[in-house]
Amino acid sequence: MSKQQLYYDDVQVGDALPPLVKNPTTRQLVQYAGASGDYYEIHYDHHFAVRSDLKDGVIVHGLLTAGWLAQLITDWLPSPLALKKFGVSYRSMARPGDTITCTGTVVSKYEKDGLHLVDCDIAAENQRDEKCAIGHATVALPRRS
Amino acid sequence: MVDFDRSVLGVESAPIHYDVEKGAIRKFVEAIGDPDPIYRDEKAAQGAGFQTIVAPPTFLCTFRAQELPDLKIVFGGRVRLNGGNEYEYYKPVYAGDIVTVTAQYANVAERTGRTGKMVFVFTDLTFTNQHGEVVAKGRNTGIMRE
Repeated sequence: MSKQQLYYDDVQVGDALPPLVKNPTTRQLVQYAGASGDYYEIHYDHHFAVRSDLKDGVIVHGLLTAGWLAQLITDWLPSPLALKKFGVSYRSMARPGDTITCTGTVVSKYEKDGLHLVDCDIAAENQRDEKCAIGHATVALPRRS
Repeated sequence: MVDFDRSVLGVESAPIHYDVEKGAIRKFVEAIGDPDPIYRDEKAAQGAGFQTIVAPPTFLCTFRAQELPDLKIVFGGRVRLNGGNEYEYYKPVYAGDIVTVTAQYANVAERTGRTGKMVFVFTDLTFTNQHGEVVAKGRNTGIMRE
């Protein structure tokens, strides 16, 4: 898969990143538990989750939502190496059966330490219009020569 | 203010080393549902300008630090949640690398939110490769809730 080059010059404040939609299942949470090594039972054991005061049952790993937000950014970038900073904080719960839409917006562009940097706000929202995660990413892009 | 053992702040964990396995990277991106071949296929990764298969940005979370000394936080809450993760990237992590991770508690703070009192625990992480290069730094925010 060769991706199109993305140039600093062509990115404008206010630009939206192509959105990414995910439909997590309990199966995927088990898969992510195994792949990440995070076996906390609130992510796959309904009764454990309820006993842990999560009355609606299991929730998506925050870091899985972060993984989708990272994919949102790297899908947009020519190379994941362009990603310099990435941070998310978790808000509402994402659950199996939800439709999670990841979006991003360019909020600033500037030159620093010889790099051409672009800051993006990113968010993952469920179908109940709740923000499951919000965050930011900083990417370094080449200039058109 | 929440009571805890301040002498534990800034104490670095013993380093722990991880072999970065291409199968582990593949399983991780399969679990996320990210189809990018640079995480699976050596030729595709090289075609995209990498030495070999690279790890995706959040793969760093699989490099768990050695346990830190007990903060002895005095708090009744029993729900613990992941509040956030932040990373700064300096170098790629490649399949075949050996990554060493160390951690330290940076701070503990009490805040009152929608669900009552919460305690935030901030942990700083440093990831270094087998060449002694710091590949990334991270900060995890853990939340204890009533």
